[in-house]
Parts: sequence; structure tokens; C-alpha cells
Amino acid sequence: MSEKKEYKVIGTRPIRHDGVDKVTGRALYGADFQIAGLLHGRVLRSPHAHARIVSIDTSRAEAYPGVKGIVTAQDLPDPADKVADLGEGAVNLKYLCDNILARDKVLYKGHAVAAVAATSPHIAEEACTLIDVAYEVLPPVLEVRQAMEPDAPLLHENLKTTSLGETADEPSNVASHLQYKKGAPEKGFAEADVVIEREFVTGTVHQGYIEPHNATALYNPDGHLTIWCSTQGAFTVREQVAEILQYPISKIKVVPMEIGGGFGGKISVYIKPVAALLAMKTGKPVKVLMNRTDVFEGTGPTPASYIRVKMGATKAGKVTAAEAYLAFEAGAYPGSPVGPGAMCIFAPYNIENVLIDGYDVVVNKPKTAPYRAPGATNAAFGSETILDELAERLEIDPLEIRLMNGAKEGDRRADGPIYPRIGYIETVEAAKQHPHYAAPNGKKHHGRGVASGFWFNIGLESSVTINVNVDGTINLVEGSTDIGGTRASIAMQAAEVLGIPAESVNPSVVDTNSVGYTAVTGGSRTTYATGYAAYEAAQDVKRQMIARAAKLWEVDEANVQFADGEFSCINGKEEQISFRDLCARLGETGGPVVGSGTVNPGGAGGAFATHVVDVEVDEETGKVEILRYTATQDAGKAIHPSYVEGQIQGGVVQGIGWALNEEYIYDAEGTMTNASFLDYRMPTCLDLPMIDTVIVEVPNPGHPYGVRGVGEVPIIPPPAAIANAIYDAVGIRMTELPMSPERLLKAIGTI
Amino acid sequence: MAIKSHVQTTINGETVEFLCESRQSLLEVLRDELHLTGAKEGCNNGNCGACSVILDGRLVNSCLVLGVETEGKSVETIEGLAAPDKLHPIQDAFLENAALQCGICTPGFIMSTKALLDSNPNPTEHEIRYWLAGNLCRCTGYDKIVRAVQDAAKASA
Repeated sequence: MSEKKEYKVIGTRPIRHDGVDKVTGRALYGADFQIAGLLHGRVLRSPHAHARIVSIDTSRAEAYPGVKGIVTAQDLPDPADKVADLGEGAVNLKYLCDNILARDKVLYKGHAVAAVAATSPHIAEEACTLIDVAYEVLPPVLEVRQAMEPDAPLLHENLKTTSLGETADEPSNVASHLQYKKGAPEKGFAEADVVIEREFVTGTVHQGYIEPHNATALYNPDGHLTIWCSTQGAFTVREQVAEILQYPISKIKVVPMEIGGGFGGKISVYIKPVAALLAMKTGKPVKVLMNRTDVFEGTGPTPASYIRVKMGATKAGKVTAAEAYLAFEAGAYPGSPVGPGAMCIFAPYNIENVLIDGYDVVVNKPKTAPYRAPGATNAAFGSETILDELAERLEIDPLEIRLMNGAKEGDRRADGPIYPRIGYIETVEAAKQHPHYAAPNGKKHHGRGVASGFWFNIGLESSVTINVNVDGTINLVEGSTDIGGTRASIAMQAAEVLGIPAESVNPSVVDTNSVGYTAVTGGSRTTYATGYAAYEAAQDVKRQMIARAAKLWEVDEANVQFADGEFSCINGKEEQISFRDLCARLGETGGPVVGSGTVNPGGAGGAFATHVVDVEVDEETGKVEILRYTATQDAGKAIHPSYVEGQIQGGVVQGIGWALNEEYIYDAEGTMTNASFLDYRMPTCLDLPMIDTVIVEVPNPGHPYGVRGVGEVPIIPPPAAIANAIYDAVGIRMTELPMSPERLLKAIGTI
Repeated sequence: MAIKSHVQTTINGETVEFLCESRQSLLEVLRDELHLTGAKEGCNNGNCGACSVILDGRLVNSCLVLGVETEGKSVETIEGLAAPDKLHPIQDAFLENAALQCGICTPGFIMSTKALLDSNPNPTEHEIRYWLAGNLCRCTGYDKIVRAVQDAAKASA
């Protein structure tokens, strides 16, 4: 593949296909769905962080006028203790079911206990207060290090630590321990002239999508179940609901409505099986909506963590060894992203000697869910801060030390894989050459910091069908919910193949009965993998169209050539026909043309980012102001640069929120005390400057246009970059997230 | 059963009558009674701005207004902004600047921007950021939204 390849559609900035619907309020999101005879569902949630359910009495609620049905865990099939792969890795079914409706124990405040369907949402809410649940309250464990203590209260009596393949005899809150080792870390540290070790703590943070979870379910007497919802993956909803309800997938249709943000948080199901149960029980369509408090308390945030990082380097700046200890809060059930955190922590660097230990630990908080590069942001906060300190101690420029140790093609990551062509060094060079890095930064209380990040990106299955229209346009059918402009980025790849404008593609995101299996919109995979499927489907169309031209001209297919939207005969006859004109002649040459493409590509190229930030620290108030921000990132090939920039900017700002403000604040009983958008403080536009982006393009050899995923990696560097900038401003190393005014004032010594 | 009130109001220039319970917010009335679902519920307590509409010329969070309070008043929602064959310049500016990703906050931002430009046709970047601080967007990092508002101001000048 040539890096200089000229494209007609790719790299341009057309108006997105779903744009008009979304700026006119016409786009229908999950909560907007209406259907005749609709009932409204509401979930009753646990007021306790840890308690045994003694009894549930629904009789008063059932007698309340307007109530049509109530469900509890007794209405769910008793889950076998089996492990199922539901498209996002292996999931223990009992844990999955217990998180939908608690059976024996509630394990966090907000844990769903029962649900009511009624004629109005207000009646359903009132009826919830009439359900009598008797609890035996147990002591909660709310922090990862406390949960690891031998005498800590146990969440699960049967959970035993799996450590490097061995299962322990005694139960514990530590679900698993993993380790990656490369070289001889002790020898590496002995070779170092400077060794730095620090502890880091990060808070629980939420994805903060603006649209709460929603689901409307309809059950027909023939056994067909339909669920309209917003989700990152209609097919994973189908799989999860099928497993939880022990119901055949062939009888479940999931219709993905528009989705109002997800960032990893709308992959796991919560209320979808509940809506289905209520629909089955009442025989009526039932809509269940979460409110904002439900979202904070009852859906998966991303873990708090305790991290220890040790790195050593020679005087010349070569990092000789690195060690990390990562303990992640999984929440109520095992499954934190400590694995990816462990794989990503030193991934931007080629370090000879590495030891990484990771622990997945249950605590009485909501079961955690993925959040944009899950695990990697926590981890990089530690490693990128230590690297900054090494650079400072060795009097080496922080970008220079990254260039000296940066990973390249052929280098091996600590967890095993050998890098193909990657663009890490290019992102550091781009940051170094940016005017931002050369701009003066000497004012009092002003500081500059840098940090880098790595995320794998994933491939997985995608399917696309293309129906050719007689007027030279195509209808593109896909299964990837469009969470940020992917109708455009997928359509553009098909348009490029067929030599037609992006506007000649009508993309549709359809239900699970209407397109081939497609994995979640997640893992930065949609433009890569569903785009790849669109490329293949368009190639299929192209092959069939060549056959039609050959038939028309009565020549062999090998004599037909297609370039720039024109078919021409290359042998003997002087024939030429445009894609558009040939489309008008499909009927006479054999009937409609439908192309299809399915992929499960293994070549998702890893993405790297390097960020530069300037801050001002107010020593009186502890407030950190972001003055300037520049993010460089290897996108492989930017299909629609505006939306690549948008992904980078959005990721950066989520990272800034994580760095400075956002965290779940718990009281001693395990109640989140800030479960609203007022008190869980996400960045507003007043908190920010413009976010400059530099798209570096080192094509991914694993994609026909060189695409790498772009969505996740930009959230990784901000906390460390900002911590490094705060150090530059006031000489204090911040090691706890968020770096809130209170923490900063304490660290400075003002309070 | 709760008793419903009869309310007559003007929505996007049309006289509209509806029945609502006194506890129903304007947002609930718009969405559930009138099926104008362009205004979104993000928080239901006035913190996210996804339900922004203009009530008698003033920007409000429709989740914080009761349906019955709109008697005799005039409500502008996202559904009334575009002409049949032409988007409003603010809508064009949001599309051209790629100022939306998931789009759930977009109707609120556009109504908020309309209220801003109605009162201050030529805002500075700081004035834009200050005015829009009541609208949360989790996808874009706001950069392209601010640029869209700047472009919309220029287009309307």
C-alpha cells in the first residue's frame, strides 16, 4: 500500500448522512420510541451497599391501581454457574443474571431488586415504594486495598482467587491475579542509574453519556420478542437477553434506535431483560427508562484503582526496567479491565525487563463496565508520571526520553505481541514539532506536561449488504450503531471503491433480523471493521457490475476494466459506461445487484497518542485551568478527518474530567453522595480551551485504506499529562485522581 | 387517578391544546403527550440542558417547567426551527462543523445557541462558552460546537 495514494472520497469531509435528522430533533433515540398500548416500567433498587435479601413482598404494590405486573429474580430462570462468551469476552452467567435482578444478596447501593409495569411512569415509581423488601444488612467493603485484606467482608462466598492458572482453596474478594514478565527485571534495575517508584490511586468514574439507558420490549403470543433500545451492539443485546432469559436467539429481534453516547457503558445489559420479562408477564409493550441517578448507581462505571509503578533508567536516558502492580476494583462481580491495563501500561516503550502484576478485586460498588480504552488510563497515569520524573531527574526533555525509548515495528510488548508497523515515534515527533511545544511557558504557576498512550483497537465480526439502485446510488445496510458519525465513515469506504460520491450512499443501521452478525460499536472497531466489510461488499458489487458490463458488450469479464466510476472495454471494442448508467440497465442484464461483505479481521492496528498540555494552578483555590491542549495521534488513515478530530477532542476532554473533577464520592455505608450531573462534575465548555489535534497517518497494513481505530486512545494521556504540567507549575507530584482543588490544596500545603 | 388539566399554549407558532397532570413537566408533555421528542431527558433536574426550549423568548430547561405553567405562553422547540426546505443557519453550522457525534445533546445546544444569538448576535468565544455551560456534551469536547456557534453568528450577521 502506498502512503501517497490519492483518494476521491476518503479524507474529505462530507456532511454526515444522519445529520439532518439529528439537528432537527427527528432522529429517534431509544426513549423516543412510541407504540400503542405502552406500559411504563420502573426498577426498585437496593438502598444498601451490601445486604442479604430476606424476603420480598409485592402484594401492596400489586394492588395499587394502574399496576399491571411486577417481576423479581424469581421470574428469571435459575442461572447455571456457566461461562458464556457474549461478544465482549467470557461472562459468568450467574453473575450476569444476579446483576439484572438480585437473587440472594444485593452487592451495591442501586442494585436492581424488582421492577413494576404500570400505566404511567409515575404510577410505576409510586408502586416501587410499596414493595416491601426485608434486608439483613452486611458490612460493605468499598476500597480495593481493604477488599484484599484477609479479614475483609466477603461479597461472594464461592469466589476463589485464580492466580496464574491455580485456584486458591479459601474464598476471597480477589477474583484473579495475572502477571506479564519479560527479561530479568532485577538485573534491569541493577543496571539503572536512577530508579523511581511511586504509588497512585484513581477514583471511580462514569462514562457520563447524556442519554440514560432505555428499553421497550414487546412479546407476542407466538413467542417472538422484540426489543427497541439504544445500545452499542444489537447483537450482543440479543445474546445477553437470550442467555439471561434462557430464550432462543431466533425468537429475539433487537432494534437499535439512535444512541446517545456509550463509551463502553452501553454494551452490558441492565434493564433490557427486565423490560422483556415485564412484557412477557403483562402481554403489553413495556418501556423502561433509567433516570440519571439510576445510571450512576445502577450501571457500570470504570474502576477505581491502586497502582504502584517502578522504573529505572541509565544516565543516558535508556529505561532498563519497569515494574507495575495494578489492583482494580471490579465492582460487585469479577471482570475489571485490569488485563488491558496491564497490557497497555508500558506499551509505548521498548523496555527489555518488565514485570507486571494485575489483580481483579470485587467491592460493594456497581459492576464496572468498559470505558474508552478500559484500564489503560488508570495505568498510564502511573507510568507516564514516573517517566516524566525520570526525565526530570536525568535532565532530559520529556519528549526526548520518549523518542529514545519509543516502541517501533519489530519490538515486543511485555505481554507478548510483536509490533507490526506502528506510529508511536511519529506522534512524539509531531508533538515536538508543534508550535505549542516551542511556545514560551515561563509564567509563575504555569506549567507544561506531556504524556503518551497506547490502545490495541480490535477487529471482530462485521457484515454489510449493498443494494444497488437504478439511479446510480447504493443503499448500504449495516449492523453497527452509529455513535459518532460512522454511517459516514463506513459509507465513504464503499463510495471510494465504486467511484461515487459519499452522498450517493444511503446507509441504514438495521435490526438483528435484517443484517449479518455484527459485533459491538466499541474497541475503536467500527470504521476499521465495518468499514472493511463495506469495502468488501463494494468489491462484490464491483465484480458483479463488471459481469453486467461484459454481458452488455458481449465480451469476456476479463476485458472489462473499472476505474474512476467508469467501466470500459480494454480489448477490441471501444465501449464505456459509467457506474450510474450501468445501474439503469441492471434489469436487462440479469436483475438487481446486491453485494455483501463479511469480515473478522485480525489486523486492527494499535493506536498511539502523545499529548501536550499547559495549565495554570491557582494556589489559593486549588483550581487547575487548562490553558492550551494539543493532541497528536496516529489514525492510520483518517476517513473523515472532522470526525477523527472530534474523537480526539472528545477523548481528551473526558480525560481532563477524569484528571481534575470526576469521581464517585461514597459515604461510609457505600452510598454515592454525588449521583447527579450537578455533583458529578463533568467538564462544560466554559472549563476548556479549543483542543488542537494533529492527525498522524502511518497506514495500518491490516486494512485496505490503512485505517486504525481512533476513538479510545485519546482518553489515556490527559491525567498524566496534566499531573506532569501541575508539577511543572508548582513542583508537586500529584498521585491521586481526580486532582481536585481540595487534593491540590492539601498537596501544596495550603490546607 | 390524578385529575388532568386542560392547557392551551402556542408551540412553534401553532396553537396547541393538551391535557396533563399537574405533576408532569413541560418535557414530559412535549415528549409523551405531544410526541415532540426532539427535547431529550438527560438528567431531569436542570443540569444537562438536553431538554432546552425557548419559553416566551427565554431559554429554559423544559424538565424544570411544569406543563400547566405554559398556559397562554409560547414555546419554541427544535422541531420548529427549520423551514420545510431549508435548515436554520445554526443547524447548517452544526452539520458543516461536525459539531455533533451521538447527537443526543444537539437539539438542546441548538436551542441554546438560538437563544444566545437572538440576544447577542456577535458573541465572543468566552461569551459562547459561558452561555453554553448549561449544556453538557460528552462526545465532542465542545471545540467544534463553539466553532459552529461562531460560524452561525457570522452567517446570521
